[in-house]
Parts: sequence; C-alpha cells; structure tokens
Amino acid sequence: MSASPESHGTIALFVTCLVDLMRPEVGFAAAALAERAGFRVVVPEGQTCCGQPNFNGGDRAAARRMAARVIRLLEPFERVVVPSGSCAAMIAVHYPSLFDDADALAGKARALAVRTRELTAFLAEAGFAPEARAGAAPVAYHDACSGLRELGVRAQPRALLRQAGVDVVELAEPEVCCGFGGTFCVKYPDISARMAANKAADIEAAGAATVAMGDVGCMLNIEGRLHRQGSAVRVRHVAEILAGHLSDEDFAEDDSAG
Amino acid sequence: MQVESGAFVEKARAALTDATLQHALKHIKHGFVEARAGAAARLPGFEAMRDRARDIRAHTLAHLAEHLERFEANVTALGGHVHWAADAEEARAIVVRLCREKGARTVTKSKSMVTEEIELNPALEAAGIAPVETDLGEYIIQLRHEKPSHIIAPVIHLSKDQVADTFHAEHPKYGFTERLTERPALVREARAILRERFLKADVGITGANFLVAETGSAVVVTNEGNADLTASLPDTHIVVTGIEKVVPTLADCHTLLRLLPRSATGQDITAYVSFFTGPKRAADLSGPSSFHVVLVDNGRSSMLGTEFEEMLRCIRCGACLNHCPVYANVGGHAYGSVYPGPMGAVLTPSLAGIDKAGHLPNASSFCGRCEAVCPVRIPLPKMMRHWREREFERHLSPAPMRWGLGLWAALAARPALYRLALGLASRLLRGRATKGWIGRLPLAGAGWTGGRDLRAPSGGTFQQQWRRRRGG
Ligand code: SF4
Repeated sequence: MSASPESHGTIALFVTCLVDLMRPEVGFAAAALAERAGFRVVVPEGQTCCGQPNFNGGDRAAARRMAARVIRLLEPFERVVVPSGSCAAMIAVHYPSLFDDADALAGKARALAVRTRELTAFLAEAGFAPEARAGAAPVAYHDACSGLRELGVRAQPRALLRQAGVDVVELAEPEVCCGFGGTFCVKYPDISARMAANKAADIEAAGAATVAMGDVGCMLNIEGRLHRQGSAVRVRHVAEILAGHLSDEDFAEDDSAG
Repeated sequence: MQVESGAFVEKARAALTDATLQHALKHIKHGFVEARAGAAARLPGFEAMRDRARDIRAHTLAHLAEHLERFEANVTALGGHVHWAADAEEARAIVVRLCREKGARTVTKSKSMVTEEIELNPALEAAGIAPVETDLGEYIIQLRHEKPSHIIAPVIHLSKDQVADTFHAEHPKYGFTERLTERPALVREARAILRERFLKADVGITGANFLVAETGSAVVVTNEGNADLTASLPDTHIVVTGIEKVVPTLADCHTLLRLLPRSATGQDITAYVSFFTGPKRAADLSGPSSFHVVLVDNGRSSMLGTEFEEMLRCIRCGACLNHCPVYANVGGHAYGSVYPGPMGAVLTPSLAGIDKAGHLPNASSFCGRCEAVCPVRIPLPKMMRHWREREFERHLSPAPMRWGLGLWAALAARPALYRLALGLASRLLRGRATKGWIGRLPLAGAGWTGGRDLRAPSGGTFQQQWRRRRGG
C-alpha cells in the first residue's frame, strides 16, 4: 500500500505504563508503524494508567475514576491505538461495564471502546502492509491472553509478520497463559514463575531465535524467565519486528533530563 | 461446607515441588484438554449449542421455583418423595433419617459432589451407617481418607503406583493379598470388592447431573455403570442434589447431555446415561421400592438475582479446571475446597462466604481460558473480579495490596507526579542492573526475581523521550 504520509488522519497513541516505564522502544516502534500506515501520531499529554490493576484488584471505585480520566483525555481523538492487548481490552471491553447507563460517561465510554484498537488489529484494519525484508529469520509467536480472548487478536499479528517476510513458528500450546497476569505475578509468584517456566520451555522447543508478542507484561515475564534459565532466545514486541527496530541499543540513551 | 483456602499459598508451593503430583497432573493435557478440543471440532454447531445451553440454564434459573415445583409434582405423582433442605445440616439430617427409617447399615454411593459439599459421610458414620463410595475414584479417595481433587476426576492427583499401594494396604482383608500393578487388574480387584457391597447395601445414594421437571427424572451420567447398581439394587434410592440442577424438559436435558461429556472428557456420550424416574412400578422386574430426592439449597438461592446468579448455570463438567493454568500446575487440593479451580473460585465464596475463601477468586491470572471453554458460557473471570470487589469493599484484601492500589490510583490522577515517579523508577531500575539485567529485587519485587530476572528499562521513559524528540 502506498499511502501518502498523514493522509488517513490522526491517531492517539496510548502507550500504557509498562511501555512508558519499561520498554519505551515499543512505543517508538508503534508510532513509526502508524506513521508508515499513513497516520499522524499524537501522544496525548497527561496520559497515565488505564486503571487495569485497580479494576482487577477489586478497587472498582478507583478504576472508574481512572477510566473517567482516560475517557476525557482521549475524547478528542477519532482513533486510539494501544500497543498492548490487555490495556486495549481494558478500554474496549471493560470501560463500558464500569458506568451505569444513567451515568453521563456511559455513552462516552462506549464510544471510546468502539474507537480503540490494539496495535496489530489497527494496522491490519488500516490495510497496512509492512515492508517485506528478504532473509528475515523466523520468529515464534506468543499470544497474550487478553488480546487473544477478549479482542480476538490472533490472525492479525501473524499475517503482518508474514507480510514482513518473517516466518511464524507456532508454539505447542499457544492458548496457555505465560503467568504474568498483572498483579498475579507478585501475589502468587511461585505459580506465576512455574507458568513462565512452562512457557519458556515451549518457546525453546519451538526452535526460533526470537519470540514475538504483543504485550509488554508477557515480554517482561517471558524474557525474565528465559534469561534466568540461560536461554539465548530473544523476546521482542511484534511492533519492534514489524518496524525493523531490532537492536536493543536503538533507543537506549542517557536519561540525564530526568 | 468445609473450606481451608487460607493455606492456599503454602499448599500450592508444596504442590509445585511434588514430583508425583506434577507427573499425575500431566494427564490433564492429553486426557482432557486435547480430548475436549477433538470432541468440539467433531460436532458441527458446537458453539451454537453452547449458546442454547446457556439460554436453557439462564431461563431455568429465571423461573427456578416454578420448575422445581413441577419436578416435585411429577416425582410425587410417580410415588416418590421430594425433600427440601435449606442447608447442609438439614440435608444431612434428612438423609440420616431416611436411612434410619430403613434400618440401613450400609449405603452405597455414586456420583455426588453435593454429598461431598454437605459432608454427608461423617454424618452417616456418626449414625452407625457405613457409606461405601462406588465410583472407582471416590472409592480410592475413601480408602485413603482424602478429598477429591477434581469435580469429575477425583483421583487425578494420584499415580497408578499410589493406587496400587493403597489397594495392597487395604484389600488383604478381603483376601486380595497380591500387589497389582496393571490398571485393568486394579480395576478388576476393586470391582470384585464393590460387587459384594452393592448386593449388601440397604440404601443407594446418588447425585444427579440433571433433574427433568416435565418427567420427574433424575439423570446421572457415568462411565462405570455403578450409579445404576447403586440406584437399582437397594430397596431405597435417595438422590441428593442441588436445586439448580433442574431443567424444564427432556429436550433441554438432551442439549445439555450432548455438551456435558464433550466438555468434560471429550466423549460424545458417556458409557451410561441413566434416567431414574420414580420408584419401581408394578410391572418392573427390579428397582427400589422407595425413591427420594433431597433438593439442597445450601446458599444457592442467595445467589439468585445477584451478580453471581450466572454461576448457577454450571453443569459441573470440569472443563474450567482442566483448562486453568493455575489448577493444572497446583492440582485441586491446594484450593482447600471440594470445588476447586475457576468454578470453585466463584462458587466456594458464594456458598461458604468470602471471608473463608479469600485466596480462591484471587489466584487467577485472568487468562480467560475457563470462560472460553465453559459449555454454558459462564463469565468466570468477571465473577472472580466481583468477589475481589466484595473483598475490597469489606477491607478483606491484604493491606499492602490495598495501599499499593491506592497509591497507584493517586499517581494516575496526577500526570506530572506520575511522570516524575516513572522517571525515578526507571533510573532506579537501570541503576540496579548489571548489563541490563536485574537478578534480585526487594519487597514485592522479590517474588518476581525469585523465579525470573528483570530486564531493566532500556532508557528514560517513553513520554520523556517522546517529548524530547517530538516536543509532545
Ligand atoms: S463453570 Fe462451566 S466449565 Fe466450569 S465446571 Fe461449570 S459448566 Fe463446566
């Protein structure tokens, strides 16, 4: 597809806390992809957390307040793109459940839900075809649970990777959770670590040098486990691979500005 | 209902390092998960059938009293008796009374998780009545003085060797002295012993997978045929089951019967599907002369009209257990409830109180696979989350977690502070890293680094870098 830059309008990039703090390079890769797909990218000032930890922790009142903030923040934007299945699902699936019909925000929550997309679903819908690279190494793909089951993100990342010339190696148990689960990994660390170890073994057995996925939560968990057991398999966000941002050093820089 | 979920963390930890248990749990993948996937793929319209099943169950619950009354009227018309038990104590008292009236010394039992729930066996024993479990798994559990670890496969946690040892220890008194090692031989030996018991039993107690309102039938599915012997050999048959098991018609029952074994074991149909409809009629050659149904509420009706009502759609197939990554790694006993796994995480606090079942709705990564396979489409994660909300409201969740969530929400409402905090966290993490990796963290992070490393942030936060490069 050859779209002239910025011909399709503007997207708001909601980066998520984990990208913001842990993997800024994923945010840049997502922005680069949206721009290549022909969109102007805005990172709305003042974005923080979508409220998922509080929502899943039973703190519904705070989750509602956090959702209200995000709904207002993103109201001006026609499209919202999130490089995470679980945060995208929080907005697109769970926000509407937080407000009673009588609540003034109920309609706005539903409207935002409709406008919000997980990154690969957005790219696929926009008809974006990543540049095919010759000789790209195959990657294994891990499905993050929320994206897979709450948003139906399954075919899109695989198709995009193939279009980019990357063969996708399937895991033996692609439907099984890696054990991250947000606060689950700190509330039940032993069980979470066992689940991560099982996933790491499945990934090792797949034989690819890199495993791709769409959620930074899973990335931290899986790469942390692979590293602990001395595996050389690299963990990358699917956006990094699609954008061709493949070196760790791409965006590492001194943070002297604080 | 006895619940010991307080020790979940310790029991789970022990389970993770129990090599025999871990080996036994491996069976779940092939024996249940793959079997269900195959069965679902073989049946065209499986997904549409799940929608129908959900609707049948939802409709029944919306008119529960009406269908139960119809069921009662039909049982009574057939010459049977229906007893209503508000709680476990009443249910036990009814069963003990009925057994005493018959002068029962031995009762055979089959297929009843509800009798586990109401702890019937100790009550029978206290009344001088010997209960004999006749499902092979339940029989083994009874010999070992254990609790079932799965709602349809009670001994999933045991190895064949453990069963061989148990039989070798318990069976010499029946004249079986050799230690058997092969599965068929073990089954044969248990059968030979149980055969005697079937013939001697004064009362047979079964559960019910479904109660059919329009016919007054109690429906039981088994693969061993023991429910039929339990129900038809003794003079009295007592069905003990939950009030939510009723379905309006035989056609409804049929739909659910097509889903239950496929979701449970991946079978198209179980070896036996028995409809017990009233006592022996004049022309019948065999069957019990008295037929009783004990309808147990025990907290179920209090779920009606609440956010937990949908849980009552459950048909106890066990698919949510089999597909749960937590259950599959720690097994059923860690949960400390007869109802483990995702269905137990919702049902146990509903029946026993959230103050007794705290860990259960929390010990989930919310991966959602349970809901994805539940034949009646129960939104299990959503209901676990509702339990977490109730806990949070009642200040039952752990203080550090409440404190952490409160702090996080406060930060999220103050973007400048949030950016400052994330920037600080980023620097701290990077400062702690060696070659980009962190092997040990303090406090809550210690749990993380107990089992994995943490790759430090690659640079300053995204928002800092974006501002610097793009000016916002
Ligand atoms: S909750 Fe659903 S999957 Fe779990 S046992 Fe009940 S019917 Fe089966």
